[in-house]
Amino acid sequence: MKIDKNTINKIARLSRIKLDDKESEDYIKDLNSILDWVEQLNEVNTENVEPLSNISSSILPKREDVSNDTNSSEEILENAPDKLEGFFAVPKVVE
Amino acid sequence: MNNLIKGEKYDWEMVIGLEIHAQVKSNSKLFSSSSTKFGSSPNSQVSLVDAAMPGMLPVINKYCVEQAVKTGVGLNAKINNYSVFDRKNYFYADLPQGYQISQYKYPIVGEGKVTIDFKDGTSKDIRIVRLHLEQDAGKSLHDQNPSKTYVDLNRSGVALMEIVSEPDIRTPDEAGMYISKIRSILMYLDTCDGNMQEGSLRADVNISVRKPGDEYGTRCEIKNLNSIKFIKQAINYEAKRQIEILESGGSIEQNTMLFNTSTGKTRPMRNKEEAHDYRYFPDPDLLPLEISKEEIEKIKSSIPELPDELKNKFIETYKLSNYDASVLTAEKQTSDYFNKTINSDPELKNHAKIVVNWITSELFSLLNKNNQDLNNSPVSPENLGQLIKLISTNEISGKIAKDVLEDMFSSGKTARQIVDEKGLQQVTDHGEIAKVIDEVIAENPKMVEQYLAGKDKLLGFFVGQAMKLTKGKANPKMLNDILKQKLNKKN
Repeated sequence: MKIDKNTINKIARLSRIKLDDKESEDYIKDLNSILDWVEQLNEVNTENVEPLSNISSSILPKREDVSNDTNSSEEILENAPDKLEGFFAVPKVVE
Repeated sequence: MNNLIKGEKYDWEMVIGLEIHAQVKSNSKLFSSSSTKFGSSPNSQVSLVDAAMPGMLPVINKYCVEQAVKTGVGLNAKINNYSVFDRKNYFYADLPQGYQISQYKYPIVGEGKVTIDFKDGTSKDIRIVRLHLEQDAGKSLHDQNPSKTYVDLNRSGVALMEIVSEPDIRTPDEAGMYISKIRSILMYLDTCDGNMQEGSLRADVNISVRKPGDEYGTRCEIKNLNSIKFIKQAINYEAKRQIEILESGGSIEQNTMLFNTSTGKTRPMRNKEEAHDYRYFPDPDLLPLEISKEEIEKIKSSIPELPDELKNKFIETYKLSNYDASVLTAEKQTSDYFNKTINSDPELKNHAKIVVNWITSELFSLLNKNNQDLNNSPVSPENLGQLIKLISTNEISGKIAKDVLEDMFSSGKTARQIVDEKGLQQVTDHGEIAKVIDEVIAENPKMVEQYLAGKDKLLGFFVGQAMKLTKGKANPKMLNDILKQKLNKKN
């Protein structure tokens, strides 16, 4: 797989990052070299090998269904740039 | 059955599939301990995990997992011992993480099916593709301020079960019946409260049209419908829209649509150039979810009687029709009420059909009129049972029983009390009825003449007069019989 200008623009848009031409070129180079490096793994024969999803043998820890009854409003909104009557206020989102 | 809809030029068939989002009925959220209570003040139930503060880690709610398995069993579906949580990435103001934790490749529940029952006694299976667990997003309010959107994160992180059907649905009615059936199963299982108004149950509808026998057409998805009425309206509108485009030589563009509940129209969402690219990948914060056979068996054994089992039991025990039985079992509160009523007196078991009618037509219409719910019906099952027994033993007529029920409804008295107080017992004494009829005949010689001359319709007049004299209490069958006898004797 090769990263080209279109791909880098798409990734940038999906990530909401604005790139100028110079930055795009740099990222194309960087990402391609990362991909090339990872692609060496293709040399290993992985037929009939289940993908490894984690290296520990631990199992997913679970919690009981108990709710805490603290009112989080003040703490949660503390860093909000803009708020109104307990809501976060953000620039208008149409849909 | 003809499910086709007529266009200007051709007949068309709708192909519909539903994605239902059902909120798990739990105390706390899927990956945090915040409360799930509906209607609390904004942002009061948001933990640092729900707000996606740096360094916070999700810990799964064991109970939510069990409810998903339970629901899977209720949908006759395969439970997967191994499932994986993935990140579904997108940017939106009410999604602080920038991704939703969901399940993509390995859902917790696989293929299943549910059955819907039609009025004509037939039924149809709708296949389920999968059920997976995921987080809900926060709530955005767009209409409070001209330049701002307000965000409330109380719902952020609440556990949802997404139930995906195969495109087996062919009409808006079938879509309505399907979601009603899912709702009914969820409520019997008690895994979701089924409250569509509060958004605990909502659906995305995928719909395309085709000429019968053709391949599937290109589909559009209508997002976030929260009532059965809207689902049907949206499907009807969208199908017509697609047919008009196709018949005028155009083609359907695959699109995500929004339904406007006040105009009844669908329109495409904007930003379509950003065709969604969710970049799913396994969430590195969560290990795969493994459920042992023993755990699944344990959950299976805790499952209550489901609507279909109960329906078959009612058909067998009480000889009810498939449709009557499915109406009774659609909601748990209805089948509970029926069970209590019919078991309140041994005599009633032989009058099951009458019991069904009194619950589903008379009592339901009173509840509707008064905007009340069966759960807090002023008429208890025992009292309704008593009323029906008075009818079945001929103590009062069905007509009078309707008035008695209304009285019971408003006064809270028992049927017995009302009948005794008002002296409503049916007159079944042959002599007494005969006496009244004699009176009516004596008072209306002209009518008698006309009747005997062949004006049969006048029988109703005599019945009416006699009923009036007995204040509606004469046994109608006896009244009719004696009346005919007496009139014919005159001949």
